[in-house]
Amino acid sequence: MTEHEHHAHAHDDGHHHGHIGHMPPAHHSMKNGLWPWISGWLFTTNHKDIGTLYLLFSLLMLFVGGGMALLIRLQLFEPGAQYFNPNSYNILVTTHGLIMIFGVIMPAFVGLANWMVPMMIGAPDMALPRLNNWSFWILPFAFTILLSSLFVAGGGPNFGWTMYAPLSSTYGPPSTDYLIVAIHMMGISSVLGAINIIATIINLRAPGMTWMKMPLFVWSWFITAFLLIGAMPVLAGVVTMVLFDRHFGTTFFEAAGGGDPVMFQHLFWFFGHPEVYIMILPAFGIISEVIPTFSRKRLFGYEFMVGAVAAIAFLSYIVWGHHMFTAGMAVGTQLYFMYITMLIAVPTGIKVFNWVGTMWRGSLTFETPMLFAIAFVILFTIGGFSGLMLAIVPADYQYQDTYFVVAHFHYVLVAGALLSIFAAVYYWLPKWTGRYYNETLGKWHFWLTVIGVNLTFFPMHFLGLAGMPRRITDYAPQFTEFNMVCTVGAFILGFSQLIFLYNVISTMLGKGERADDRVWEGSHGLEWTLDSPPPYHSFTEPPQLGSITHEIDAKYEH
Amino acid sequence: MNQKKSHRKVFIIGTVAGVIMFGFCFAMVPLYGLICKQAGLNSTAGNNGLLTAVSAEPTEPPDLTRRVKVQFVAVNHNGMPWEFYPRTKEITVHPGENGKIFFFAKNTTDKAMSVQAIPSMTPVIALKHFHKIECFCFTQQTLSAHEGKEMPMIFRIDKDLPKEIHVITLAYTLYDTTPKETRKG
Repeated sequence: MTEHEHHAHAHDDGHHHGHIGHMPPAHHSMKNGLWPWISGWLFTTNHKDIGTLYLLFSLLMLFVGGGMALLIRLQLFEPGAQYFNPNSYNILVTTHGLIMIFGVIMPAFVGLANWMVPMMIGAPDMALPRLNNWSFWILPFAFTILLSSLFVAGGGPNFGWTMYAPLSSTYGPPSTDYLIVAIHMMGISSVLGAINIIATIINLRAPGMTWMKMPLFVWSWFITAFLLIGAMPVLAGVVTMVLFDRHFGTTFFEAAGGGDPVMFQHLFWFFGHPEVYIMILPAFGIISEVIPTFSRKRLFGYEFMVGAVAAIAFLSYIVWGHHMFTAGMAVGTQLYFMYITMLIAVPTGIKVFNWVGTMWRGSLTFETPMLFAIAFVILFTIGGFSGLMLAIVPADYQYQDTYFVVAHFHYVLVAGALLSIFAAVYYWLPKWTGRYYNETLGKWHFWLTVIGVNLTFFPMHFLGLAGMPRRITDYAPQFTEFNMVCTVGAFILGFSQLIFLYNVISTMLGKGERADDRVWEGSHGLEWTLDSPPPYHSFTEPPQLGSITHEIDAKYEH
Repeated sequence: MNQKKSHRKVFIIGTVAGVIMFGFCFAMVPLYGLICKQAGLNSTAGNNGLLTAVSAEPTEPPDLTRRVKVQFVAVNHNGMPWEFYPRTKEITVHPGENGKIFFFAKNTTDKAMSVQAIPSMTPVIALKHFHKIECFCFTQQTLSAHEGKEMPMIFRIDKDLPKEIHVITLAYTLYDTTPKETRKG
């Protein structure tokens, strides 16, 4: 490892890195003074700057939420509620979920969209740059409010990320109001971000970039943006109702006044299920970019991949009931939700088979992004299968609220969404910084992460099937061994992210070999026609798509 | 300039869609009640039939060949300190005939309190055929400190009740509805 680093260092030219052939803006260096640096980042309307801010924010939150996860696993290392009282434990579980979903996965995807969408469609910037700035800068304030709720009297929110009424309405601690305001702010941020992405994709495509020539990452984000506009306002609405129930004497969720707590669950999951796909569709897009590059083949079944994303997005709006099979539901309704949920496996299956089909007989190389992409395909499929099991009504009665559910959604969100984000960062980091990351460290990060993910979450399937309930601080002694394995895995997973942190930061600061425009041998698409690092404004002249189309044809002739 | 305009169009459509979805969330409240009522689902909204009165005059002669057992259950919602139970645990009636039973409630605290009893029924199919003439659950009940009250409930089951139903269970959950200001005092 050290040898490789040394080798990388030999290519280092000292102080100035990147930005060859164009002037870097004032706020990219502290040398121009502190105020230009601060105001530059604060008022920037540049899609690359904002993308970087989103990604760094998400990286910071990954360590905050990850730290909470490690505290949770520490508590569960052995039975007997070792370190935290039940309320503190519940607060940890709640804020861990909220931070990972709204603070890590979603901002990371928005950051990637900011960086890549204009570059992939041949646009100079996002369509609405000032709105873009605002979308990002709402987020740090929202999370300051959310995290400060941990320190107010009565403790932080303790009812799980699902915020079920009446736990959040009648019995919620005072800090619930902080959470509600924070969610409103996150909602505004995501909806504005989504509008911006839609406007960019509809209006700013380069001449010749027709809908069915758009890269799959752009397609998946285009569809995700519609999901965001449809789902986030519903979450804002339902938490507003909770706020009204708490302070203004309404009884939306209180049976005594004619309301119904089950309605909270319906409304929440009407948001919650599209939200699940908001967190995975961009991942599908990333994987569909990475796998063809390192398989040196064209993506197999492009049209079907686009159709599958659209089908999944549509189905996501009509399956919310599968989260509430045990909440009381007519048999016919349960059957409907079961069948429709299982139907989602069809477009998802199309995607998995097409990724495998892309790799089939390709000349594969296993750079870090490809390793993460292959791990994604395998592990996400495991998460998909446990999802199918959970969709079966009678089986769900058994699995509901056990660690099986925890195993399922961590397989799709950590082994799925998070691994795809790692793949994306390694894939595009040489384009962003003009330097290759350290490949040896990247491989160390990959293997430790994959081993950590499986050690942490695979035993949870068995714990759940054996009947260990989720959201408990203490457990029966027969679950001890598997919980110890989970905790050991979690610490491997958690600490291996420090390698990622070092690798990314050192590459950003100019360590590593210089990358040329193409970066990867099999790279294809408009973003690779720009310099590495790309100029501050991506395409001041609309690019000619013709040349690049022919290049792809030549490259991938079979 | 043309491009500038179309950005605005997308922004306006997107914002309006967002606002509509926010409103949709609130529109779900009456819609949810309506769906539950139409589908006869056992939810608070679906049970609204149990909260409305019908005339005491029987519309048809009772069907003396059938007997239906009606069971009564009383539950205190979390933390309610009241005594609350049915005087009669179960009663057998003929369809078409009026039945009358009493629930007893006692405020065990030192403060006046208001309560609301919320009914629910098993099996759900019986909901449509169970009619109330008088019930303490039609309004909120207020009792002063340590006051007790016998609360009547008069009901009738109609003759269209499906043949296979022999037992109906009616459960009441007692909720505290004392206004917050007085609760603190």
